Amino acid sequence: MVIPEDRQLNIVVAVKLVPDTNADKRIDPQTRRLVRSAAETVLNPFDEYAIEAGLQLKEQLADGSSVTIVTMAPESGKEVVRKALAMGADRAVMLSDPAFAGSDVWATAYVLAAGIRRIGFDLVLTGTQSTDAITGELPGALAEYLGVPGLTYAREIHVAAGRVRVKRETDTGYQTLSAPLPALASITKSAAEPRFASLKGIMAAKKKEIAVLRLADLEIAQAVGGDGAKLEVTELTASPARAAGKTVTAADGNAGARTIVAFLKERNLL
Amino acid sequence: MAVAPHTRSAFRWDDPLELEAQLSDEERLVRDAARDYASASLMPRILAANRSETFDRAIYRELGAHGFLGSTITGYGCAGVSNVAYGLVAREIERVDSGYRSALSVQSSLVMHPINAYGSEAQRKRYLPSLAAGESIGCFGLTEPDAGSDPGSMRSRARKVAGGYRLSGSKSWITNAPIADIFIVWAKDDDAVIRGFILERAMAGLSTANIEGKFSLRASSTGMFSMDDVFVPDDALLPNAAGLGGPFGCLNKARYGIAWGALGAAEFCWHAARTYTLERLQFGRPLAATQLIQIKLADMQTEIALGLQAVLRLGRLLDDGAATPEMVSMLKRNSCGKALAIARTARDMHGANGICDEYHVIRHAMNLEAVNTYEGTHDIHGLILGRAQTGIQAFM
Repeated sequence: MVIPEDRQLNIVVAVKLVPDTNADKRIDPQTRRLVRSAAETVLNPFDEYAIEAGLQLKEQLADGSSVTIVTMAPESGKEVVRKALAMGADRAVMLSDPAFAGSDVWATAYVLAAGIRRIGFDLVLTGTQSTDAITGELPGALAEYLGVPGLTYAREIHVAAGRVRVKRETDTGYQTLSAPLPALASITKSAAEPRFASLKGIMAAKKKEIAVLRLADLEIAQAVGGDGAKLEVTELTASPARAAGKTVTAADGNAGARTIVAFLKERNLL
Repeated sequence: MAVAPHTRSAFRWDDPLELEAQLSDEERLVRDAARDYASASLMPRILAANRSETFDRAIYRELGAHGFLGSTITGYGCAGVSNVAYGLVAREIERVDSGYRSALSVQSSLVMHPINAYGSEAQRKRYLPSLAAGESIGCFGLTEPDAGSDPGSMRSRARKVAGGYRLSGSKSWITNAPIADIFIVWAKDDDAVIRGFILERAMAGLSTANIEGKFSLRASSTGMFSMDDVFVPDDALLPNAAGLGGPFGCLNKARYGIAWGALGAAEFCWHAARTYTLERLQFGRPLAATQLIQIKLADMQTEIALGLQAVLRLGRLLDDGAATPEMVSMLKRNSCGKALAIARTARDMHGANGICDEYHVIRHAMNLEAVNTYEGTHDIHGLILGRAQTGIQAFM
């Protein structure tokens, strides 16, 4: 598929609703899943950078291109989705069905891909990771299921002449990558700082549509939710309590100094 | 496995009567927007601003960019949110500092509201967009050096002359006077009727001065201005206000915001006292383990929870057009009096640390002294309630 140069783009930003990192968290010992309560759910902070990138692209194109938010989440998360609309996105689609519960990253990517195909897309944007699972695998999995190029870790993104070009962060420097649309890009935190939702944006968001798609609304050809997950959480244990540290005081004199030097050397810090 | 008895939700110490559940999605989003801004942008600068007695003009542009200024007005660059949402913003801003909330209140309720409610369409179009954006700053001149609780005794005069009016007199205790671009001025006309005028800084004969040495609202600009035969054209008159009802209508809006805001300051002090007394060990245990401290915390929690329920109710009545000024008097008085008492108690619970500004409670206590006094003192609001139930006015 070739996207003509002058066509408006459907920019779809895939976001995740995550537990507020400030909230107390509880794991259900039976399901080994996090107990999620609507009040303490927030937009994954990494995804706000993808929304910002989408909005900036839309503003630069200024040709009627639109930004659609998509998320797989229970309907109780609607208020959180509305925040993305208050930032300036045009509409949102929630993929909500009890059958989606228990999805791992692959099952999530599969359902998101089905939802995004249903919405129609030219460019899919994501954050680089979520603050809860922190796998960082979703952008790759989603590009794979959509069958489009995945340009990950983009700190800059440009769209022109039916192609997307990104400046990609690597451990040693930057790469400039280009691919034909449709494509997917994940946006890093070194891209533009996300805008805040102003009161005018919040009021405008009241009138924007949040559509809900169920399992039956999507073309799904394989098991989803817990049944479609490739990973199983077999055990959860709390991280070990931190051991008491060593205290060195002036009274320890030379012996104290040697203790500090040994400690630093052990950790290759000297 | 034992099953816990089913309750819809557990008791939350910091939201005991579930205010949160009584708000709409939109109101919670507005509250979050205000909380995020206040904690990220206002809290880090308040200590220096309070110490050096400075107000940063840039704050108005920031408040404007977020849509917090004149937020209940629809159109003219304003967001058109509910009165409850406006109250929630006041609470979040005053959680940081009463001076910053004063900046919000004056611009929104005392400057933009009268232009919107009593002004002509031309006045609205001319002034509201730049006030909403925080590009221009307004002030409200009612109080005079010799006319405080009794504004009807004001000496400011507006003499009718060809093509306009000549204003003379002086106004004092005016928030923003030293930095304002636009002045809403109340003065008596040739028939001794109080009328409102929109003055601009550049007008000949208008001069402002700063009030130095305040030990309250130090991060807010307070001053006086004098009018020496200032000529204003006819179109500077607010056409739809005559008598004390004009300024009182503005004050009613502002006092409602104060009723929410003061509780935000009280909540800060309560939370700070709880945290401090949990962490402070004396005689081998936290201060919070003592009955004296826990009773104080319980009193703070109770007063704040009741106060918030009351202001929420008032906000809903305002949104329904069913609120009366007496209701506003009751809650302005209640919130300010209770917040001041809570701030003083929190200061006490912090011991010696409580007098240092880095713990913030002394600043809130000092601020709330002004908040308890301005926009109708604690006593005057009590007398308004006394009059409302006896039919006898005791303050003249």
